[in-house]
Amino acid sequence: METIYSNKQTEYITDVCVIGAGHAGCEAALACTRLGMETVIFTVSIESIALMPCNPNIGGTSKGHLVRELDALGGEMGKNIDKTFIQSRMLNASKGPAVHSLRAQADKSEYTRSMRKVLENQENLIIKQGEVCEIITEDLPDNTGNYKKKITGVKTYTGTIYHCKAAILATGTYLSARCLCGEAITYTGPNGLQAANHLSKSLEESGVNLRRFKTGTPARMDGRSLDYSKMEVQKGDEPIIPFSYSTDPATIQKEQVNCYLTYTNEKTHEIIRNNLDRSPIYAGVIEGTGPRYCPSIEDKVVKFSDKDRHQIFIEPEGLYTNEMYLSGMSSSLPEDVQIQMYRTLPGLENCVMVRNAYAIEYDCLCPGQLKLSLELMDISGLFCAGQFNGSSGYEEAAAQGLMAGINASRKIKDLDPVILDRSQAYIGVLIDDLVTKDNNEPYRMMTSRAEYRLILRQDNADLRLRSIGYEVGLVSKEDYQKTCEKKEMIESEIKRLNSVSIGGKEYVQEFLAKHDSAPLKTAFTLAELICRPELSYETIKELDPDRPDLPENVIEQVEIEIKYQGYIERQTSQIDDFKKNEKKKIPDDLDYDKVESLRIEARQKLKKFRPANIGQASRISGVSPSDIAVLLVYLTKH
Amino acid sequence: MNNDTIASISTALSESGIGIIRISGGESISIADKLFTDKHGDHNLKNYKSHTIHYGFIKDPSDNTIDEVMISIMKAPHSYTKEDVVEINCHGGIRVCRNILDIVLKTGARIAEPGEFTKRAFLNGRLDLTRAEAVMDTIRATSDMALKESVKQLGGNLYDLLNNICSSILYEIAHIEAALDDPDSISLDGYDNELLSKIGQISNDIEKLIKSYDEGRVISEGIKTVILGSPNAGKSSLLNILLNEDRAIVTNIPGTTRDMLTEKVRLDDITLILTDTAGIRNTDDPIEHIGVDKAKQIAGEADLIIYIYDSTSDFNIEDESVIKLLQNKKSIVILNKSDIRTDNNSSDPVKVKELLGTKQIYPGEILPTSMITGEGIPVLKKIIRDMFIKGDLEADHGVIITNLRHVDLLRKASDSLKRVKSSVESGVSEDLYCIDLTDAYRYLAQITGSEVSEDIVNEIFSKFCMGK
Repeated sequence: METIYSNKQTEYITDVCVIGAGHAGCEAALACTRLGMETVIFTVSIESIALMPCNPNIGGTSKGHLVRELDALGGEMGKNIDKTFIQSRMLNASKGPAVHSLRAQADKSEYTRSMRKVLENQENLIIKQGEVCEIITEDLPDNTGNYKKKITGVKTYTGTIYHCKAAILATGTYLSARCLCGEAITYTGPNGLQAANHLSKSLEESGVNLRRFKTGTPARMDGRSLDYSKMEVQKGDEPIIPFSYSTDPATIQKEQVNCYLTYTNEKTHEIIRNNLDRSPIYAGVIEGTGPRYCPSIEDKVVKFSDKDRHQIFIEPEGLYTNEMYLSGMSSSLPEDVQIQMYRTLPGLENCVMVRNAYAIEYDCLCPGQLKLSLELMDISGLFCAGQFNGSSGYEEAAAQGLMAGINASRKIKDLDPVILDRSQAYIGVLIDDLVTKDNNEPYRMMTSRAEYRLILRQDNADLRLRSIGYEVGLVSKEDYQKTCEKKEMIESEIKRLNSVSIGGKEYVQEFLAKHDSAPLKTAFTLAELICRPELSYETIKELDPDRPDLPENVIEQVEIEIKYQGYIERQTSQIDDFKKNEKKKIPDDLDYDKVESLRIEARQKLKKFRPANIGQASRISGVSPSDIAVLLVYLTKH
Repeated sequence: MNNDTIASISTALSESGIGIIRISGGESISIADKLFTDKHGDHNLKNYKSHTIHYGFIKDPSDNTIDEVMISIMKAPHSYTKEDVVEINCHGGIRVCRNILDIVLKTGARIAEPGEFTKRAFLNGRLDLTRAEAVMDTIRATSDMALKESVKQLGGNLYDLLNNICSSILYEIAHIEAALDDPDSISLDGYDNELLSKIGQISNDIEKLIKSYDEGRVISEGIKTVILGSPNAGKSSLLNILLNEDRAIVTNIPGTTRDMLTEKVRLDDITLILTDTAGIRNTDDPIEHIGVDKAKQIAGEADLIIYIYDSTSDFNIEDESVIKLLQNKKSIVILNKSDIRTDNNSSDPVKVKELLGTKQIYPGEILPTSMITGEGIPVLKKIIRDMFIKGDLEADHGVIITNLRHVDLLRKASDSLKRVKSSVESGVSEDLYCIDLTDAYRYLAQITGSEVSEDIVNEIFSKFCMGK
């Protein structure tokens, strides 16, 4: 890193500054350096790199998809959890392949340590402990001669300046954070870590609009104080399936730890109801908006008063700690109420609380200021990722971090940004929603948000995205070729199954009868047989003697593609329609005031979000189909 | 935007002149081909050259001829919209036009939004650029107006009803989605049967609304009524009585009425479009034979059939076989000439009802009348009115669908629900149900104007307790 020693101040010159070393920051910094950018990553505490301050797991419904996609594109999260998990399950395994989701319990401290090692060993990546308190911008003319703010550096609290070509804001829940536990308020980030108290002001002075969000975490208990005999045991799956396409499954089969399930009861609810006036949320002390997906136990009891119990999962935080996480029971009630309420749960009668539950409030970005590349519209070169963008969750953060890292690097290289659309990836859905919608709570990924989820499966993320990762430069040629070979095997096997047909010979009819399947009246292809709900690729093996020897993951794809062909075709044709509107670009500098006939609300919304294309415009709430028609006509004219 | 195929009636809806149904889009020719036959009864439209016009017939899916038409084909890009365009020139009349459009929509087209042909023409580069602003204003104005019109037509009851249906579907979607998103907390065990019964209910409600469209149309456009009966039973007399004037030639020679007479009659708040036909009977007379065939066909399309027979003569096999045709129709059997006293069974409505009932031929209304004394005529009018106003319409929610766009969307929603049902029955996994459930919801939301994607997420969070 080039260093300038000036009067009472050191200045460095680098390519990219990443502010924050959580899950978004780590992915962003790794992507930038791997794409050839010298990068400095800032964190308030080196010990908090890739910290998991809330739940001790990676993945879960739709989040598992994000991790798989991230991995296919060349991100780190999947590899890191494969190294550090202590239990793994495939959720929704009894349902359709589109909603299968991998979730692993992490050893939290191992996860952090392992990611820190990856960062430390990454060439060209500089880790710096320190609080960034200022962004430095200049007004510079762009290609068209208009003056626009551009990021030129950041300044730390200790006065050092880092000049850079691009910066990525990944401040998580640290910006002007405060934690609430009943009446007790501390001005810290998560886990009592130092908050970042200065950057908000600098951002606002540069024209960035901020708002307050809230989230929370449950208490941690000393495992020795819990009676697991009163709880249901939840074991991991076998065999263990890795997250990363680069991990050999054989290398990660190991003994897994148990999770446990217990329930709240009427007594728990009574204690909560009696103390609601002492909850900062219900007393009106908390201003921030909380996520509906992670409601506090107070919220659950109030909103779903008809439910006589709520499930609480007890999950270990790691192999080398006694701490147990109480999933489903976050709270901001005072400590004295917390211990009473926790002790009403079966198995927790004598629990000892290691860490209190608390709520945290923090500054994050108001919607309508980001491009789909995650660059701020009004400050060239300044990218944003993670909870700062209004999302929640480690996986959502990591996915954005990766994309911000890729696009910051490409910006410096003067390349077009990589933008995944809603038909390509959950990551595309996530970013499109964050950029296009007026979300008023921390945004969590959900499978119901993905319109084309039958195509966006966790089992085919490599087939969907490996080539993009390779073209970007984050996926090795070897990994890419592996995917290409897999793709070829899948295609040729599907072709073969569609071309081999069998008639109603006696042994065939006998076979079908044995499997409760209707007899053949005419010749059927093998593919048509696999289509039948009662049959599968595996079961018809004896009717298919010339079958090639294929790897498990190829057979999985072949089976899904054949069994769900009808649905897949329908979604594919919907995607074709969708793509047409995504391709109709709207110029960055379109003056919506000149577009006559737009309704006022639509005009305001379009001015705020400045959509990149017609498809995105049509997803903005308050923009009607006839506004889109008007816009299309205007664009055609000009 | 989406280049699906759209259709609408492009002439003013009036009773006179000709009407044109215009279809535009990639599927327009194949759609038209399915419902158009040439004079030899062949489906040949796909082979016709661009910019040609052809004579033939429009047939409904059950192969009934709806109208004789001239059909013209303009292939892309040499058409108004620069897409494949088919125009069907039919015999005007609101009813015929709507019938044809209806079939076009059922065959795969979507009803065009106001100004959509012009919009496509413009977007495909067909219109002069200087007209851009005018086009924008037109689209804006027409769609705003149509929206207002559409919302106005929704009315309170219908709006509530649709909203209820929407909420039921939304709840089911949210239930499945919540279980998929948080399988640890929400289970779908035994849900299939629950869903099937709910879908059944919702489908019923939608089907009733779709049916109300046809009935609503009947009320606003007139009840197509056919008078059938053996020769000289008194068909023309009945027509005249209802009309209060002599229109048809009334004689006592069987078979005098060879042509159809069509008259409109107002009965208080409803209108009958009355058609008198040649007596249905097996005849060798070629001239009359055409009339009889035509009568059978018209009876098939009628909303109401009045079967009139001469109660002085015995009830015969021929009568029975015609009455059999009335079974699934709104119909009334009239025992005419009650002024002439006879002792045979066929003059006594109780006995006739018993006879027809035990033979399971006809369960409906039976009424003695006299065209001479006017006996039974007021009762007849009342029966007809009750049949259409108090009858099915009131029983079904008291609301009717009158807007073609609404009924088009309802039909699509109904089809989507049928697909959900077959998905459930074929045992595919629950996440796939959501594809068609969401489609159904989306179609209905287009009637009520709500935003789908946020609705689902909001419903999940408000109805299901989930999350870590």
